[in-house]
Amino acid sequence: MSLTPEDVKKIAHLARLNLTEQDISVYTPQLTHILQFIEQMNSVNTDNIEPIAHSLDISQRLRPDLVTEQNCRDKFQDLAPQVEAGLYLVPKVIEEA
Amino acid sequence: MHHKTIAELASDLASKKISSVELTQHFLTRIKQHDKTLNSFITLTEEEALRNAKAADELLAAGKGGPLTGIPIAQKDIFCTDGIKTTCGSKMLDNFTAPYDATSVKKLKEAGTVLLGKTNMDEFAMGSSNETSFYGDVRNPWNHDHVPGGSSGGSAAAVAAGLACAATGTDTGGSIRQPASLCGITGIKPTYGRISRYGMIAYASSLDQGGPMTKSAEDAAIMLNAMSGFDENDSTSADEAVPDFTKTLNDPIKGLRIGLPKEYFSEGLNSDVAKVIEAAIKEYEKMGAVFSEISLPHSELSVPAYYVIAPAECSSNLARYDGVRFGYRCKDSKDLHDLYTRSRSEGFGSEIKRRIMVGTYVLSAGYYDAYYIKAQKIRNLIRQDFIEAYKNVDMILCPTAPTTAFKFGEKMSDPVSMYLSDIYTIAVNLAGLPGISIPAGFVNKLPVGLQLIGNLFGEAKLLNAAHWYQKATDWHKQIPEGY
Repeated sequence: MSLTPEDVKKIAHLARLNLTEQDISVYTPQLTHILQFIEQMNSVNTDNIEPIAHSLDISQRLRPDLVTEQNCRDKFQDLAPQVEAGLYLVPKVIEEA
Repeated sequence: MHHKTIAELASDLASKKISSVELTQHFLTRIKQHDKTLNSFITLTEEEALRNAKAADELLAAGKGGPLTGIPIAQKDIFCTDGIKTTCGSKMLDNFTAPYDATSVKKLKEAGTVLLGKTNMDEFAMGSSNETSFYGDVRNPWNHDHVPGGSSGGSAAAVAAGLACAATGTDTGGSIRQPASLCGITGIKPTYGRISRYGMIAYASSLDQGGPMTKSAEDAAIMLNAMSGFDENDSTSADEAVPDFTKTLNDPIKGLRIGLPKEYFSEGLNSDVAKVIEAAIKEYEKMGAVFSEISLPHSELSVPAYYVIAPAECSSNLARYDGVRFGYRCKDSKDLHDLYTRSRSEGFGSEIKRRIMVGTYVLSAGYYDAYYIKAQKIRNLIRQDFIEAYKNVDMILCPTAPTTAFKFGEKMSDPVSMYLSDIYTIAVNLAGLPGISIPAGFVNKLPVGLQLIGNLFGEAKLLNAAHWYQKATDWHKQIPEGY
C-alpha cells in the first residue's frame, strides 16, 4: 500500500490533526513505509484463526448497578482551560439565527 | 550508599545506621549534582520527599517499618500523582496536575516509600530511545553519547546512576525491559493484569503494564510485592492471588527447563551481544538448568502486528486530548474544529501524530479487516506459539535487545528501524506474559541485558531464576564511571 498526500490529509482530518504541507510531505513516505512493513502480516494465512483483542481469557467484570462515583466536578474543572458556572467553555457551535 | 540495594538499605534503616531523611537528602543532592547532565527527572518533589521521609522515620522509630519504609524511589511521569505535575513526557500535559494517585503510586506510598520525583520518558510512552520526550533527551549514564532506551528511559538512567533506589516503569512493547537492558539494571514487566493500570496514562490498553526497575532481582521482588494485586478500578485487573515474591528467590533451580527460541538467535542479533548471552547460558548450565531449542514460528510478525494494534488503541485513547477538559489548549480558536485540531497538533509531538495516524488508518472503513482484524489473528498465533512452547519448558531465555545502547539520532529519521529495537520484547506483550531483563555483561563498555520470559503469572519463577544468576555473577553490581 502506497499512500498519497491526499490520503494523509484525509487521515489527518479523521484524527483531528492539523498538518502543514511540509508535515504532509514528511509523513506521506514515512506512513507508507510503516504500512509496507505492517503488510508482512500477509505472509501467513489466517483464514481459520480467531482474532483476539486481549491476551488473557477473561470476561468483562460486572458490578452491582449502584452509584459509587463521588462528585469531583470542582476538582476536575480546576484542571480545565476554560470553565464557567460548572460548564466547560468551547467556541460557539450553533450560530444565532 | 546510593548504590546499595533496597534490601541492604532497609537493614541500615532498621538498625538506625542512617535515617530516611538523611538517605533522602543524599539522593536529592545527587540528583541536583548529576541530573543537569542526565536529564532523567522531569519534576523533583523535594518537599514531598522530605515529608515522606520524616513520616517513615517515625514509623521506623516505632518499630513499624516494612521492607520499603523510608526507601527513596522515583515514579515514571506516566503515573498520576495527586497534586503533583504529571506530564507523560508531553507538551499536551505540561500544565496537568493529577487530581488523584494511580493505584500503584498509592500502594507504594502505603508501603512507606519516599517519592523523589517523576522521571523523564518518551512522549506518551511511544519510543525506544527517550528521544521523543518534550523535556529533552535522557543520557545513558554508561556513555553520554548513547540513548538510555525507552520509553522508561528516565527511570532506567536514574536507577543506573544511583539517583534513586528504584523506579517504576511501564511496558507496552518493551518499555521496561529494553531501557533496563541498555542501562544495565533489572526490570520486570509482570503478567498483563498483575499491576493495576488505574491512574497509569493509557497508550495501548490491552498491552500496557507497569512494573519495577531496580538494581537487583531481589529488589524487584520487594517492589512487586507492594505494587501487585487486584484493583476494582481497573477493568482488566487480574483477580489472582499474589505470592510473596521474596519467599521463593532462593528455591533450587536444578533441573529448570529453559527454552532457547531459535528465531531470537538469528540474523539481526549483534554477534557480540550473542556471545554475552551464550556465556549466560553456560552460567545457567553450571547451576543445573537444562536447555533445549524451541521455536516461536510467528516471531517475525510480532513487530508488524504490534504496530497495528498499539497505534489503533493509541488513536482511540488519545482522542480524549481535545483542548476542552484538561491539558493543552491552543490560543484564539476560530471554531470547535479549529480548537480540536490545533490543540492536538500543537500539543502532540511527531511520533505521537505518526502513531495516531497509523491507528486511525488501520481502523478506518475499508481497512479494518485487512489490518486490525488481521493483526488480532496474528496476535492469537503468537500467543499459541508460547502456549506450545510452555508444554516443554518452564521459561524462555533470549536477549532483551538486538544491540547495546545506540547513539542519539541514529534511528530517529527511520521509524521502522526504531520499532525493530523492540523485536525481542514485543511478542511478550502481545501474549500478556511476564518478562524480566537482567544485566549479563558488556560490549564496548555498554551493558547487555538477558531476558527471561515466563508463563502467565510466573513472576516468582522468573525472579527466582534471575536471583540465582545474580548470586553467581556481579554484572548487576557494576557502576557507571563517575556515578
